[in-house]
Amino acid sequence: MSGEREVLNIVVVGHVDHGKSTVIGRLLYDTKSLPEGAIERVKRIAREKGKPFEYAYLLDAFEEEQKQGITIDTTQLQFRTEKRDYVIIDAPGHKEFLKNMISGAASAEAALLIIDANEGIQEQSKRHGYILSLLGIQKAYVLINKMDLIDYSEAKFTEIKQEMNEFLHSLHVFPLKYIPISAFFGENIVSPSAKMPWYQGEPILKAIDLFEKDTGLATKPLRFPIQDVYKFDNRRIIAGRVESGRLQVGDEILISPSNKLTRVKTIEYWTELDKTTAVDAGMSVGITVADEFFNKRGEFIVHPGQESLVADTFKANIFWMGKKALVKGQEYKLKLATQEEECEVCSIVKVIDATTLATVENAGQVKTNDVAEVIIKIKKQICFDEFKNNQLTGRFVIVDGYDVCGGGIVSGLVEQWQAVSKLVGNGLDLAVNCFDNYFYVLSEANVRKQEARPYAFSLGDVVAVAGQTYQYPEDFDIVDIQGKVAARVRKARLVSLVRLAAYDYAGVPVIETNGCYVKIATQEHFTQLLAELAAIDDWSGKQAARFISRWLDFTKYRTMPVVTQIGVTGADYQI
Amino acid sequence: MDHLDRLEAQSIFILREAYKKFGKLGMLWSIGKDSTVLLWLAKKAFFGHCPFPFIHVDTKYKIPAMIDFRDKVAKQYNLELIVHANEEALQAGMGPEKGRLICCKALKTDGLQQVVAKYEFEGLILGIRRDEEGSRSKERVFSERNKDSEWDYTNQPPELWNQFKTDFPPGNHIRVHPILHWNEIDIWSYIGRENIPLVDLYFAKNGKRYRSLGCAPCTGQIDSTATTVADIIEELKNTKQGERAGRAQDQEDSYAMQKLRKDGYM
Repeated sequence: MSGEREVLNIVVVGHVDHGKSTVIGRLLYDTKSLPEGAIERVKRIAREKGKPFEYAYLLDAFEEEQKQGITIDTTQLQFRTEKRDYVIIDAPGHKEFLKNMISGAASAEAALLIIDANEGIQEQSKRHGYILSLLGIQKAYVLINKMDLIDYSEAKFTEIKQEMNEFLHSLHVFPLKYIPISAFFGENIVSPSAKMPWYQGEPILKAIDLFEKDTGLATKPLRFPIQDVYKFDNRRIIAGRVESGRLQVGDEILISPSNKLTRVKTIEYWTELDKTTAVDAGMSVGITVADEFFNKRGEFIVHPGQESLVADTFKANIFWMGKKALVKGQEYKLKLATQEEECEVCSIVKVIDATTLATVENAGQVKTNDVAEVIIKIKKQICFDEFKNNQLTGRFVIVDGYDVCGGGIVSGLVEQWQAVSKLVGNGLDLAVNCFDNYFYVLSEANVRKQEARPYAFSLGDVVAVAGQTYQYPEDFDIVDIQGKVAARVRKARLVSLVRLAAYDYAGVPVIETNGCYVKIATQEHFTQLLAELAAIDDWSGKQAARFISRWLDFTKYRTMPVVTQIGVTGADYQI
Repeated sequence: MDHLDRLEAQSIFILREAYKKFGKLGMLWSIGKDSTVLLWLAKKAFFGHCPFPFIHVDTKYKIPAMIDFRDKVAKQYNLELIVHANEEALQAGMGPEKGRLICCKALKTDGLQQVVAKYEFEGLILGIRRDEEGSRSKERVFSERNKDSEWDYTNQPPELWNQFKTDFPPGNHIRVHPILHWNEIDIWSYIGRENIPLVDLYFAKNGKRYRSLGCAPCTGQIDSTATTVADIIEELKNTKQGERAGRAQDQEDSYAMQKLRKDGYM
């Protein structure tokens, strides 16, 4: 029965027209995996279109494909060898369908990357290589196709192999094999090709049986994210899937991040067949616990001493598939395991051009089909692991509006991350931009803030009163007019922080957190300012504009130099 | 865990996601093997309960044994069952003689849309599988339909790592496909392993059996001597016939199913 047979999911990727559909059509045909109806149907379509039959047509189930000659979505097809069953995922090569390629590839355990021997390595060959590395697909073969077009030349094969190896190795993708083939003529598909006696390795159908399936999720630390809590009857069942590790009745468990300890009382079941006292990674289960806490979706059940990371900020590598660019500082929804929280990308450390590996540092946005290294800040603390330690709890998606627009993997925690400079003391802290520089950028016709390395100033520290584009007096106060804290600087040193409610005007100049001079000269002015502030309900409205022009002066202590482009002095974070 | 355990765990995970995410959720039950397996999986996912209604879009052309089986199982499992027929179309004389695709559209697609509108479903669970036919192979697990139940298959959002589409504008609904990743042999192997009760039309009598069930006028039998689940699995391993070869509407033209499904067919 097929229940006992192993199944392996393989994704087939590559640049458009490099022959993916032909390779798959061949594999299906040569393993006799096509139902009679399919071949008849494709022959009929080819006839209707007045075209000769091609193996590639076997996959083209949709009108659009035949119209444009491209695969618009991933297709899943099955074939079997002596060893096991395969689900083959045909991922589109066209750049505009990258999101479909990623959808397909995300469920794969192994990959075949196809390169046209005649055209060599193209844009999507590299981009797909990069995405395999981001998806953590380590098992890959590179198929050099259309060898017939280069007279089955070993030299050309070796050249492409070396070039691709160099690229993939720089991404930490190490292809296990390079196989020279001609899918159209069936060379090196089922049996070794007589045309390429110099190739000593296996043909594709033998080679894929050598991919080894991942094991080992069961031996990793327990990760059981709560999916839902049911109370259909007198049982209170915590339901979810054991992503990794093993859970047994009687185990002491920790529910994280709320940090509640309890014990597994029962593992629930419906049919007698499913009655058990232990469950392993991969199983969708339901348990009851000894203490009835309020548990909710998203929390991780773990074993004490083997907790996941818990934080509200992490470093990640992401790929972006949204129609709109990912913008720093904008609100998105992050989904990681069964957790869903609002998040923002607070720093785009690097945007990487996936085809050249050229990088743009400290960018403001990540465009469609870009990959990037970012720092993500989540509204509250969540549970996760580093991707290298646990793929299932170390990856996430980003939702913009109604759609999943990005995917990413957690590369690590951020050590004392802060997005902006901070003043700290008296049990309070105040985030400020007054030590950042602003420029008018000629090439963009826009004002941009150049992010300085964020500072943290404690009581007694000398603060940066003089900068490239600003000069504050030696004595001044900083108030966060929309926040709740104020700070006093005397002789250029931070001397105290107070709550805004307890702040009194002290006769020294006052600035707000961006460095705007606040036009007050008496305590009465300050009281009046607070009253007007409290009356503002819309910060994009006229009332707010009147408030700003009445009370704030940006250029009193600041200048706004014109530059042709903004210099790159980004924060030096290492991923 | 073996292959069937993995398939089952994934389907249960999907069912639970759907239940968690959609306030108004229903499951389509066609009485066939796939949606009957799905019913079984739902009982497992919710520990013997079925916390949403089951919907049968009745064309009134179904094989009578299917209706008997439906009523028996619904009673046995204590299901909340919604049976709906497009009475208006039926009274106007709709039937396969008007054209098979026209009939499917009226009695199944439109019938389904009437149910969705009447009960304001946000989520509909369906037992379709990728290996059944071409247009289903490109489905997502959580697949959006607009207010007219249309499917924009050229512009589907990515679906990765079990993070499904659960956000959508008001008026749209999501089709949830928990057994999309199963194939026909998986279904039968699972029926055998779990001993799932099934309508007996699937088992051979007098050298013939139904491989896929639909409306009586448009569903043909295949030659078969398979009288047990094990026989059927053995037969399927050796067949080169497509599963839906006996379903007449599929053969109407090269893109019949794609056209039907774009308009909201199941």
